[in-house]
Amino acid sequence: MGLQETLAAIPEYVPGMTRPAPRFVTEEGRRVHGMIAVFDDPPTVYHAAERVRDAGYRRWDLNSPFPIHGIEEAMGVKTTRLPYLVFGAALTGVAGAWLMQQFMNNWDYSFVVQGKPEGAWEPFLPIMFELGVLLSAFTALFGMLAFNGLPRFNHPLFNSDAFLKSSDNRFVIAVEADDKAFDPEQTRELLESVGASEIEIIEDEA
Amino acid sequence: MSSLHPDQATAERLAGLRDGAAVPGRDVDAGLGDGTLVEDPAVESPLVLGKRSFGQVTDIVCGYAENPAPLWWWLLFIPAASLAGVGTLMILYLIITGVGVWGLNNQVDWAWDITNFVFWIGIGHAGTLISAILCLLKQKWRTAVNRSAEAMTIFAVICAGIFPGIHVGRVWFAWFLFPIPNYNYIWPNFRSPLLWDVFAVSTYATVSLLFWYMGMIPDLATLRDRADLRLREGTSKPFSIPLTPGKSLVIPWVKPDLIRAYVYGLLSLGWRFSSRHWHRYESAYLMLAGVSTPLVLSVHSIVSFDFATSVLPGWHTTIFPPYFVAGAVFGGFAMVLLLLVPLRELLPNFKDLLTLRHLENMAKILLLTGSMVGFAYAMEFFIAWYGANEFEAAAFVNNRATPTFLSDDGAPYWWAYYTMIFCNVVSPQIFWFRAMRQSRIAIWIVALLVTIGMWFERFVIIVTSLHRAWLPGEWHMFFPTWVDILLFAGSCGIFLTLFMLFIKFLPVFAMAELKAVMPQADPHGHEGDDDDKAPAGGAAPALAHPAPEGDR
Repeated sequence: MGLQETLAAIPEYVPGMTRPAPRFVTEEGRRVHGMIAVFDDPPTVYHAAERVRDAGYRRWDLNSPFPIHGIEEAMGVKTTRLPYLVFGAALTGVAGAWLMQQFMNNWDYSFVVQGKPEGAWEPFLPIMFELGVLLSAFTALFGMLAFNGLPRFNHPLFNSDAFLKSSDNRFVIAVEADDKAFDPEQTRELLESVGASEIEIIEDEA
Repeated sequence: MSSLHPDQATAERLAGLRDGAAVPGRDVDAGLGDGTLVEDPAVESPLVLGKRSFGQVTDIVCGYAENPAPLWWWLLFIPAASLAGVGTLMILYLIITGVGVWGLNNQVDWAWDITNFVFWIGIGHAGTLISAILCLLKQKWRTAVNRSAEAMTIFAVICAGIFPGIHVGRVWFAWFLFPIPNYNYIWPNFRSPLLWDVFAVSTYATVSLLFWYMGMIPDLATLRDRADLRLREGTSKPFSIPLTPGKSLVIPWVKPDLIRAYVYGLLSLGWRFSSRHWHRYESAYLMLAGVSTPLVLSVHSIVSFDFATSVLPGWHTTIFPPYFVAGAVFGGFAMVLLLLVPLRELLPNFKDLLTLRHLENMAKILLLTGSMVGFAYAMEFFIAWYGANEFEAAAFVNNRATPTFLSDDGAPYWWAYYTMIFCNVVSPQIFWFRAMRQSRIAIWIVALLVTIGMWFERFVIIVTSLHRAWLPGEWHMFFPTWVDILLFAGSCGIFLTLFMLFIKFLPVFAMAELKAVMPQADPHGHEGDDDDKAPAGGAAPALAHPAPEGDR
């Protein structure tokens, strides 16, 4: 997701912020979140994803009960930058652990025990390693959640019963109405042509 | 005409799932067990049996978490919880009275407490080994056992954490372990392995918990969605207590599915199975596996430093770190088998997910690590002789290996030493025989022996080294008191209680990971077939043991 899209998504997360006017509304006047298409097996949804990607959609997603092998290429998802963050956290943990031990046992209150000389850094290695691991593990989990915009307990997609089957044995492609390429007729045609077994319009509660 | 990969067709034919001629020179039916015991290394045996579809895997795993607990669950849970209660009372009694309630004396000042600590922390190694190292090695069979093994890791580390916490005697001074200055403005001593141990074990507990939880987020979301769907469809049932067969007391205002939707919903953090999320999730999972691999090797190494950096004969050896790690993996896998073999019988649908091949693989790991431990036992004697250190030789020969009926100088604890040798080194050797690796009863008995043997290993290391160190005038035997015994039994109760709660309320198998390794999950596979509903070879049979409908 680019910077502009990230900024545009902020009001969805912050209560009280005004969201831009909806691009599409239902006959009852409710905001349209997007359109979902349900697929029954991985090969069909894989090739459908390639077609949706090639049709120029940006704000769309594929929900599957398990990570489909190679779906990143089919969807055109860029490789995550999470590893850099985790590497930084590992270095921070190692450096922080050395600083902490150096400060406590050598600088602030120096004492010599077990014949280990003052200023020795070798005995600090185990804890440097442990804290490096600890910080990387926290960063891997919470960084992943933060990049994913989670926790987010409500989402318009959850309103659809058909969507909830994507946690069991169905595969769902969801195209958001805010996507510039989204058009109710054309998008439906595209999704039908790639083998969707069910297509549904998702309303936004707000 | 099927578009199956030829290898897979062969695997299915060999497994009896597909019609076709037998491979020449081999009796296909004999020795294949449930169809996964394929010997040909070129053939990958199926990971999920019974031609299960994705939906059936979800039903199998979620079914047990959603339906009322069977009778045997209560028959195991109530005694386990009572034992856990006894253990908790013993901890209270110890804190109120002091460590004098244990059988410790001036010479043997570490005994069952640290034995239990090392025993439990060792058991806690299999989970992270399965999830991290086998993940990096791309061993797909791990998906059937990783969730329950990780759960065992966490419960074992909880049990382990009790003992060092209370063995300090005055537990209200436990904050001396934290990196804050004490009353005299002295910081903790970071050059001590005991402090490394604090950091290693707490890091290990935290990272294992994160790993377990992260793996469970998608599966908890599946449980959430199922409960939510039942609420929307109106098929949700109110809470009921079975009284007699056919009659039950219905409590209409308690809605289990509503509680599930909230609790699983909160725990699953709003996971919505997005592929963009999965991408980062897989990356994060791989990194967690990457950092957990050295971590799991470091934890028991650091535990062994507690002993190895001392000057006590029997402890002061450089072989300790690898020896402890091999022993930990050994004991951990034994515990995994000890619990999963009966679980597989008690929850019959799990046989489709946890196959005989999984058990055979773990039996092979027991054989490997058991032999490594046996090598380490032999090396201790070799180094004592080769190093020409008479104190070390005495520690091994006179304090451990020489029975009292052979020599007046013999070791009073010789029986503990030979129990350890028999259970840890001799008993796993039966797994050289294929029939033994494939016999569930043989596997379970060996797993039980190994669990006993690994407890004795720690007892032998700790007590036999301490009870006759240096001056003969100070030599003392150690005898456990009733508090020692009940506290250890109580820790087993705590472990079992937590495990029973786990199999009742949480997804016991990693559903998302299992589905990803099923043949129909391949996006480049057999196109056009109705893959999800029926993998090649006809319609999927109904579940052998369907979960009872209703009463959810």
